[in-house]
Amino acid sequence: MSRIAATFARLRQEGRVALMPYLTVGFPEPGSTLDLVPALEAAGASLFELGMPFSDPLADGATIQRATQRALDHGINLSTCIETVATLRARGLQAPLLLMGYYNPLLRYGIERACADFAAAGGDGWIIPDMPPEESAQLHAAAAAHGLDLIMFVAPTTPDDRMAEIAARASGFIYVVSLTGVTGARASLSTNLATVIERLRRLTDLPLVVGFGISSPAHVAEVAQIADGAIVGSALIAQLEQLPAADLVPGATRFVRELMTGIER
Amino acid sequence: MSSSETETTPGRFGPYGGRYVPETLMPAVMALEAAYAEAKADPAFWAELGELQRTYTGRPTPLTFARRLTEKCGGAQIYLKREDLAHTGAHKINNALGQGLLAKRMGKRRIIAETGAGQHGVATATVCALLGMECVVYMGVDDMARQRPNVFRMRLLGAEVRGVESGSRTLKDAINEAMRDWVTNPESYYLLGSALGPHPYPTMVRDFQSVIGHEAREQMLNQVGRLPDVIVACVGGGSNAIGIFHPFLNDTNVALRGVEAGGRGATLGDHAARFFAASPGVLQGTYSYVLQDDDGQIALTHSISAGLDYASVGPEHAWLHDTGRATYTAADDEEALDGFETLSRYEGIIPALESSHAIAEALKLAPTLRKDQIILVNLSGRGDKDIFSVAEALGMEI
Repeated sequence: MSRIAATFARLRQEGRVALMPYLTVGFPEPGSTLDLVPALEAAGASLFELGMPFSDPLADGATIQRATQRALDHGINLSTCIETVATLRARGLQAPLLLMGYYNPLLRYGIERACADFAAAGGDGWIIPDMPPEESAQLHAAAAAHGLDLIMFVAPTTPDDRMAEIAARASGFIYVVSLTGVTGARASLSTNLATVIERLRRLTDLPLVVGFGISSPAHVAEVAQIADGAIVGSALIAQLEQLPAADLVPGATRFVRELMTGIER
Repeated sequence: MSSSETETTPGRFGPYGGRYVPETLMPAVMALEAAYAEAKADPAFWAELGELQRTYTGRPTPLTFARRLTEKCGGAQIYLKREDLAHTGAHKINNALGQGLLAKRMGKRRIIAETGAGQHGVATATVCALLGMECVVYMGVDDMARQRPNVFRMRLLGAEVRGVESGSRTLKDAINEAMRDWVTNPESYYLLGSALGPHPYPTMVRDFQSVIGHEAREQMLNQVGRLPDVIVACVGGGSNAIGIFHPFLNDTNVALRGVEAGGRGATLGDHAARFFAASPGVLQGTYSYVLQDDDGQIALTHSISAGLDYASVGPEHAWLHDTGRATYTAADDEEALDGFETLSRYEGIIPALESSHAIAEALKLAPTLRKDQIILVNLSGRGDKDIFSVAEALGMEI
């Protein structure tokens, strides 16, 4: 069983849902990710989405655009991201690690080589927002050959027949986009999220993890009622932007513990 | 190439093209594909578009023999396809009208567009005024500065122009922002201005721009009695070039030559000559040649012309390049400025800085050809919008 499947099986047994923080690799400082991930795992996070920076992140809002630009300024690339994963594993990190980013840097690195190197480093899956299932055959095959999941998205705009096709190709979990828009913290979650989840449940037994816009313990609690996991990205990045360097890890830990109250309540 | 059908499978030109967009947009892109297929098969759609082209745009645009320019070069005869005389001053109106009618047919009320030189933004704002639709145009703030007459025109036409501060603050960043708007508002219609982006845009934009080549082909046969030996067009995203090239693809005796922006030098970041320095990659929904660094990050570009200042190129051009049916060359900023001044003084036509790159290539090419040979230049737009940039480059004050 893959690390992702094992994690969700364990959570299901415990009757809990997953909190999955998003961190841009190399943000705010080049080495920050190596400090943040273990601390947030200890605080209760179950999986991690690690952002690979790209110059033209067209599915991302202003917060993640700023973070990825900063990471690019630090010289972070796909190799650095894979090395970060390897280092985290070498230090004993248990949680599944997924790399999130746009397709072109992967293509440039080489699809087969990227999958081989990422799997060897101890990575678990790719999240590629500009890679719809229709274009994914090559990446899907290479990922599967190396035991990696290519995470599929379902959006509020996805019609039923398409949802069935996506569910049939998906592995690991399905990333449910909570709202029609780019990433970024929102005041409230979409009203039709529950309907989307309900439709999807009829099509798949895979875990459903909700992302985009989740920014508070109340949002996490709302998602925990209906889904198997919640992704918190922009809200966490916004915290990191404000924290003084000395308080970075403790501050991020406090924020994640606070979010965890949404799961544990 | 035996067939003019360069689309090898739907949305693909050889390996190029495709549809690399977030899932949220996939249903909108697929709905657009279906709506366009339906419109394309409906003679009433083309009849309405044809009527507007005739009575509103002023088509057909003339074919002009550039007598003094030809004499100056002392070689091949130079003809100009006068897209500068189309309403709004460039070929961009051809696509904006076509897509505007499609948007109306789809019941859309709000139009999103990006613009580089401002010509597509002006054309879109014009069509929105004509059809009574809301119009939001994204434009890099650097481009707003160098093409400010067009910013003012868009606002006069009732469009909202939103400045884009991210990245290189040029066309690429304007497209990112327009796509972010579309992801947020998939009920809006994204009126993409060049033959790029996810399928069906490259095909659809080419179809709407092919009116240039169809007219030019007929005009050559009627006015001159034969087809040209070479067709020259500038290539940013590549819509004016594909528009004039496409109807000639089966005429294998007609050479097709695209001219990219050589900018200020050969260093990555100083030009937009994709076919000289780029490698295949995915940018903004399509697989094509992309100027990028070793990490796959998109490179900055430079050109004196905002409309050519883009890191990728339409996927059909990538395929025409690989198959050898079209060849691609570059003119640098200085050559373009020289083309700008030369055409102004010898023919009384002030060309857009984009089109000036094609003029520059014709100036180089004509003397190498015989006097009975013909070069057809697509004069894609007029240069009124560029007077501030040109004055600055020439150290003159307006």
